[in-house]
Amino acid sequence: MHTFLISVAISCIFPFLWMVNSSFKSNSEFISDYGFRLPCKIMWKNYFIAFYQGKMGIYFLNSLIYTFVSVIGIVVISSLAGYSFSRLQFRGKNFIFFLFLAAMMIPTPAGFVPLYVLLKAVGLLNTRVGYCLAMINVGLSLSIYLYKTFFDKLPRDLEDAARIDGCNRLRIWWHVILPLARPATAVVVIFNALNVWNEFVLALVIFSNRNLMPLQVGLKEFASSSVGLTNYTALLAGLTIASLPIIIIYLLMQKHIIKGITAGALVG
Amino acid sequence: MHYTLREEIKNFSFVLPALVIFFFFYILPFFYTFLLALHQGSGLSSLKFVGLENFRRLLSPAGVVILSGIVGSILVVVPLLRFWKERKFVPQGSRVKRTILRIIGIGSIGIGGVCIFYGFREFSEIFSSSAWIIDREWWTSVGRSFYITLWALTFQNFLAFALALCVDRAIRTGQIYRAIFFLLPVLSEIIIGLLVRSLLLPYPGVLVHFLERLGLKSWIRDWLNDPHYALTTLAITHCWRGFGWGFVILLAGLQTIPQTLYEAARIDGANGWQRFTKITLPLMLPVIVLVIILTILGTVQVIGLPMVLTRGGPAGRTTVSVLRIYNELKNYHAGYASSEGIILGIILVTLSFALLKISNKLKKI
Repeated sequence: MHTFLISVAISCIFPFLWMVNSSFKSNSEFISDYGFRLPCKIMWKNYFIAFYQGKMGIYFLNSLIYTFVSVIGIVVISSLAGYSFSRLQFRGKNFIFFLFLAAMMIPTPAGFVPLYVLLKAVGLLNTRVGYCLAMINVGLSLSIYLYKTFFDKLPRDLEDAARIDGCNRLRIWWHVILPLARPATAVVVIFNALNVWNEFVLALVIFSNRNLMPLQVGLKEFASSSVGLTNYTALLAGLTIASLPIIIIYLLMQKHIIKGITAGALVG
Repeated sequence: MHYTLREEIKNFSFVLPALVIFFFFYILPFFYTFLLALHQGSGLSSLKFVGLENFRRLLSPAGVVILSGIVGSILVVVPLLRFWKERKFVPQGSRVKRTILRIIGIGSIGIGGVCIFYGFREFSEIFSSSAWIIDREWWTSVGRSFYITLWALTFQNFLAFALALCVDRAIRTGQIYRAIFFLLPVLSEIIIGLLVRSLLLPYPGVLVHFLERLGLKSWIRDWLNDPHYALTTLAITHCWRGFGWGFVILLAGLQTIPQTLYEAARIDGANGWQRFTKITLPLMLPVIVLVIILTILGTVQVIGLPMVLTRGGPAGRTTVSVLRIYNELKNYHAGYASSEGIILGIILVTLSFALLKISNKLKKI
């Protein structure tokens, strides 16, 4: 039983160790020993190639921008909506909430097709704004649902106190609700940040300008470029650049991440 | 509490930003898919209305025969039954209502007749083109998706379940394993795909060398470029990336089963296998169904992994359904791509609803 567990665990870890190890080798050294031995001289050159020729620096920055903007957008918009669905009254509330729920249930494997045609028609193709808005939409339904269920369980006393003190809705949301909703926000942020960071299809469809591409599409471009096809270790260096920050963040806060993602997925 | 209209509008304004984005990026595209599916070409300016032609090409001839047969006979039989009843019993409702119903009934019989006629015409197509399916490419790509799904459902989920059972009660080591196994789903398909690709490439041949060292020379294949193995390579890579998902969910499910149940069963003399089939499996059924549905939805819609691991090749052998939809879009066939997407979406919805129904039935027993 333990050998079974350990062998599966090794199969999960070993490729990444191999990747980091090989990314410090010269191409000829890699071909002669297949990356199984420690590098005799550490080659930072691979990282420079990946960074400048492979444009990994630009892709990385783009991914950071998209993730940051989309996640903040999702948190603000969905917490507002979730608060309204949970506490405030207006006509058609249940129907609108049902629409958001239905969007979560229905799988749309070709959702990128009409989005591409429509974005092209509006001129949002190949723009950062278009991609960020599309990604906000992807995370919206689930986050609204998470916020709403969280607010439903929250006692109303604090809000009532704030209302008696003369706060309007917007200030209640900002000063009372958002600070109280921190556990829900953590789940929403973790789930959506990973989702946006790893998103591939929409970015592939929306961007053709290489300077705007996020990391995942950029990696695919790099891998099919002449450098990526012939210089194995430079590609591995690019992969290391793309994966190591995620691995480190994951290892540092793995409990929260696992909890956040499973909570998100179980709802969806 | 009663709200004035002004208050209601203020309350509604909280939902407005979400609703605007949701409308323009979900609802509008969703219905636009159905509109697009009735057109040929790509882009707003070059679209040509072709009606149901796209679906005919996708489903014909066998699919059209079956579908038009079913729809046609429903449209004919239902109003006929109605008329039969009306002759026997005293008709209800006013005269106008009865006439309207009659007209609807006759119209429905007419449309049903056209459907059946159309089905028969398509039936002759089977003999003239001597093929059950014209767009073979699409349906094989769907088949490939489901081949991968089959691997994921069996290999990946059994692996996940076995691993979850292994680490169930060991809390300290369980967390370490959980952290390790969940690392792969956290990383993107692209990173995993490119990493596995660089391990499997025939030159310089890292895995080849590794297997040679272990003395398993007979296992060596050209995994990425051999048409016989490429799809299975893709499937196994997908399973390797995805089993952490099922593992984490199943483990969470296992840990909710109270230990006292097992102890009671042990005292009653149940052996390990009996405890597994009589306690673990029934209690885990909802979780298992959830994992199955998530696996199906996740695997059928996979596109990044085949795109970087095998690039759809060799000779299109790993072009799965969504990758094919993407290729159609890139070849300026947005209309055809959306009709393919609709068919795939319908298949997925039907499958997951059927699974939910079955699990509900099983729960009652």
